[in-house]
Amino acid sequence: MTSRRDFLFLSSLAFVSGRASAQLPPNIAAIRAAALEAAIRKVTGGAEVKPGRVILDLPPLVDNGNTVPVTVSVQSPMTEADHVKAIHLFTEKNPQPYVMSAHVGPRAGRARVSTRIRIADTGKVIAIAQMSDGSYWSHTVPVVVTLSACLEDGLI
Amino acid sequence: MAGRVVVNVPASAKRGEVIEIRTLAGHVMENGFRRTERGELIPRDIITRFVCLYNGVEIFSADLYSAVAANPLIAFTTVATESGKLEFRWTGDNGYSATESASISVT
Repeated sequence: MTSRRDFLFLSSLAFVSGRASAQLPPNIAAIRAAALEAAIRKVTGGAEVKPGRVILDLPPLVDNGNTVPVTVSVQSPMTEADHVKAIHLFTEKNPQPYVMSAHVGPRAGRARVSTRIRIADTGKVIAIAQMSDGSYWSHTVPVVVTLSACLEDGLI
Repeated sequence: MAGRVVVNVPASAKRGEVIEIRTLAGHVMENGFRRTERGELIPRDIITRFVCLYNGVEIFSADLYSAVAANPLIAFTTVATESGKLEFRWTGDNGYSATESASISVT
């Protein structure tokens, strides 16, 4: 027999849990993290990515996420025997993690690429350099974004 | 559809010198995640690939995605090996394509 008190308690519980499940957005942070990991794995083929040798230069505080100047330079002699093959850029919080893949070679003279990117939200930006010897090096920079790019509906 | 593009290459350089090349393409780079007031998704319209040839040899290329800002600027370096022509090619969604060339004299 359900007393009036029990009934009220149970119905309020059902109401709260029903509302909570209806309002819980999909776990976007986890989806983005998985997408980033998949994107990096696609580039590296599962090889180990070591921190170092890469310098990712971008402002730590971004006023406008729609245009963020970015420069990636890699320490490399850029000779035929030892050079950077590609520089890949990723962001953590964008709807899709890819930003740009630049293919360079010994004729570049210096491994240095600049561009302007969009960043949707405060998070990490990752640069990965692919060397001619098959190793991968990276630099991760956390940025704070005040005006976000890409999304007007607040789905971050 | 051809777009407006600008390239900046030094007119002359010493042999073996590392020169910086700066390119800019006029393009909205619509990222495909924005919606109109009526809630319809605006289709993606971006430049997806950029290639630079130095006397016919590819020296730099880039794959671009939605996260590259509008009017994509790409700056990179190359070794001035010989006098000749640098060709730049951008291609993208909806048949976008643009080309530009610049000549350099190497002494």
